Amino acid sequence: MSEHIVPPKVYAGIFLSLMVLTAATVAAAYVNLGPFNIVIALAIASVKATLVVLYFMHARYSPKRTQLVIVCAVFWLAIMLALTLSDYVTRDRDIAANTQVTGMLGS
Amino acid sequence: MHRTGELYGQFETLEQQKESAALGMWVFLSTEVLFFGGLFMTYTLNRHYYGAAFGVGSNTLDLKLGGLNTVILILSSLTMAMSVWASHVGKRKLTTSFLIATLVLGTAFLGIKVIEYKQKFDHHLIPGYHFQIDYRAQHPAPNDAPQEIEAEKEELSKAFAKDPDLNAHAQLYFSLYFGMTGLHALHMIVGAGMLVWLIRQSIIGRFTPTYNTPVEMIGLYWHFVDIVWIYLFPLLYLIDRHR
Repeated sequence: MSEHIVPPKVYAGIFLSLMVLTAATVAAAYVNLGPFNIVIALAIASVKATLVVLYFMHARYSPKRTQLVIVCAVFWLAIMLALTLSDYVTRDRDIAANTQVTGMLGS
Repeated sequence: MHRTGELYGQFETLEQQKESAALGMWVFLSTEVLFFGGLFMTYTLNRHYYGAAFGVGSNTLDLKLGGLNTVILILSSLTMAMSVWASHVGKRKLTTSFLIATLVLGTAFLGIKVIEYKQKFDHHLIPGYHFQIDYRAQHPAPNDAPQEIEAEKEELSKAFAKDPDLNAHAQLYFSLYFGMTGLHALHMIVGAGMLVWLIRQSIIGRFTPTYNTPVEMIGLYWHFVDIVWIYLFPLLYLIDRHR
């Protein structure tokens, strides 16, 4: 690696940010925001994950080709989630009719 | 394999050797993202359909222990990152100390997980024939706070009104809870094994400022396992805390 040594001060700062965000996600869970609870929880988790990838895992200081692999991993995950969900979310009633659990699905 | 000092035969320079290792590690971690991704996908769909059961299941988890484990795991990521730094600047004893700290914190995480699993066994929340989502509400232990049991009973009756098949659907939640935290714990156990090896290598002086690839690569793995937990914690523990 293009010998970039991350100083301990940066690591400590990232650690403190992760702690603050953990407290924030717990606090937010106790407020009823309806459908936005999950949005906020996932947004905070994603900020935390990004901090870990960029600094603890040195992605920020890595060569472009390593960064490309990281972006690909996220992209493939997004493909799986988006395409699977687009199927389930748009065919709730078909699935309900086939699985005999009409009361639970789509209503 | 033919090796000249710290450089393996198939590489031109130490820098190339290290970049190749990091690239390979990230390709492996991409497969891990999709490996866990399948479970997250299953979780998303079932939570979408059986929200009431997932909320009730989530509220049976011990938030204090889960939160403590989150802090412990993020702290272990910090000590892991610090050992990478220490090996870069050639502080051998410090590298070893930080690796040991990481191992201790990882083991503490697994120990707390055992306590949590034991509680679920006691409360009949293991999916299977004897699963009973309202077992604790029906059979409170002497040291359970009465108002807490009352709140749980009220929450359960509301949930049963929404979803008569609550018991079956709560089993889905707990199957995913044990499947996802179990797979995560398995990764922690593998990581702990690799840490033991790293500590040994570090003590015999294998790592220098120019050669510390194993510390960095196992560090990448350790941080990845931390990221999985960063998502698991809100998704499993914090679904429906605002009752």
